[in-house]
Amino acid sequence: MSCAVDAHDLRFRYPNGVVGLDGVDLHVTHGERVAVLGPNGAGKTTLMLHLNGLLAGDGELEVAGMRVGEGDVRDLRAAVGIVFQDPDDQLFMPTVGEDVAFGPLNLGVPREEVRERVVAALATVRMEHVAERAPHQLSLGQRRRVAIATVMAMRPRLLVLDEPSANLDPRARRELLEVLDTINRTMLVVTHDLPFAAQLCERAVILAGGRIVADGPCTEILRDDALLAGNDLELPAGFDLARVRLRTAADPLTL
Amino acid sequence: MSGALHRTGVAGDPASPIHRLDPRAKVLGLAGITVVGVSTPLAAWPAFVACGLALSAIAALARVGPGVIWSRVRVILPLVLFVAVFVPFVRGGPTVDVGPLSLSEQGLETFALVTAKATIGALSAVLLGATTSFPDILHGLERLRVPRLLTVIAGFMYRYVFVIADEARRMRAALAARAYRPRHLGQVGALGRMVTALFLRSYERGERVYLAMLARGYAGAMPRLAVLAFRRADTAFLATLALTLIPLRVVVA
Repeated sequence: MSCAVDAHDLRFRYPNGVVGLDGVDLHVTHGERVAVLGPNGAGKTTLMLHLNGLLAGDGELEVAGMRVGEGDVRDLRAAVGIVFQDPDDQLFMPTVGEDVAFGPLNLGVPREEVRERVVAALATVRMEHVAERAPHQLSLGQRRRVAIATVMAMRPRLLVLDEPSANLDPRARRELLEVLDTINRTMLVVTHDLPFAAQLCERAVILAGGRIVADGPCTEILRDDALLAGNDLELPAGFDLARVRLRTAADPLTL
Repeated sequence: MSGALHRTGVAGDPASPIHRLDPRAKVLGLAGITVVGVSTPLAAWPAFVACGLALSAIAALARVGPGVIWSRVRVILPLVLFVAVFVPFVRGGPTVDVGPLSLSEQGLETFALVTAKATIGALSAVLLGATTSFPDILHGLERLRVPRLLTVIAGFMYRYVFVIADEARRMRAALAARAYRPRHLGQVGALGRMVTALFLRSYERGERVYLAMLARGYAGAMPRLAVLAFRRADTAFLATLALTLIPLRVVVA
């Protein structure tokens, strides 16, 4: 089976001269859950936008078996589900149900099947009761889960989440973690929330200055205080890695 | 601002025969009542009565109470009536004396006419809004071949007006929290900067929303999951309105 993400010497410079990516090498196999950590401005969002062709830099990038920049961009966007940080950006249709249906309808999925997918995707995130509601009637935690459903309805092979736990209260954060843990997908989780990464992902990479500066099991990376400090990352005060149930490579996904 | 936003949305009994009508039937029916009302001269006043009765019947069937109607009509109607109320004072011609006031007869007629027409129009709009959700109205308009661009813009406006109003409220609270209470013109600068910030934020949000749309395969069309079905009840609704109002309007004229 082809790999989920294979980036080789990926470079990108914004029109204003800011370097977004400065030679990223990243290899993710199917079934892995990888946390992408790093300071602000490290290029995390830039990398994310490359994965489905919204930005195109130099270098080689293959995602879900497709070379980015060649072939039908629709297939690529069907295979890579990106959940943006602010659910208000992601939920733009008047009702939740219509929003979840937006992606699959764009892919040309027949209406009957779209209906089933909407129900299934909302059930995955435990939000099946809000299909008729307007997004502005939901709490932030609920909107974030619905945003995940809008992407799940496209049946992506790779799920990319941008700061999924940002601004959530502890309970909404835990519920989100539980929901994500039930999703059997290759995942890339861009986050600052190190405990969240530790519980969800078995592997972590640190992106700094547009390059991957560390790559390894999440537990090892999070135990390396010097490495974390060097990249403006830190665990919450009093947080003890030994006391949470960490995810390890021994928890394989059944894809 | 938020107060007015909360006086929107579906009211009454969502399971009523009116609520369950196809949005297209309601848009056409209530727009029809408005057209009949607006095109009626004062001499044909029974048509106003008929429009009023039709609207009352719709409100009763939908179980939209007078309280709801009043609270919503109150938002639109005063603006129109405020202008109309001066007409009896400024029109020329024969006058009638009401106490110390001398009012133009023609002006009074105009006032009555404007009031009747504005009330019928406002009531129709309020009843449409109270019995049909905004997304449904948009869907109906789309199917009635209103240009896509307009319905898409209205759809985004409906989705984001709440988000932007929320942002504005937070910014106002932040200004107030730092004791901002403009007393003279020199102090309104902060408000200007707030509006600028709001504009820039909304503009940036627009860009992000577009990226999110592209990420989910957007290619220029806004697909719809729901399918509208025009049923017998919809035909009956429109036929009843047409068969009572139009002949009446023609006969009394």
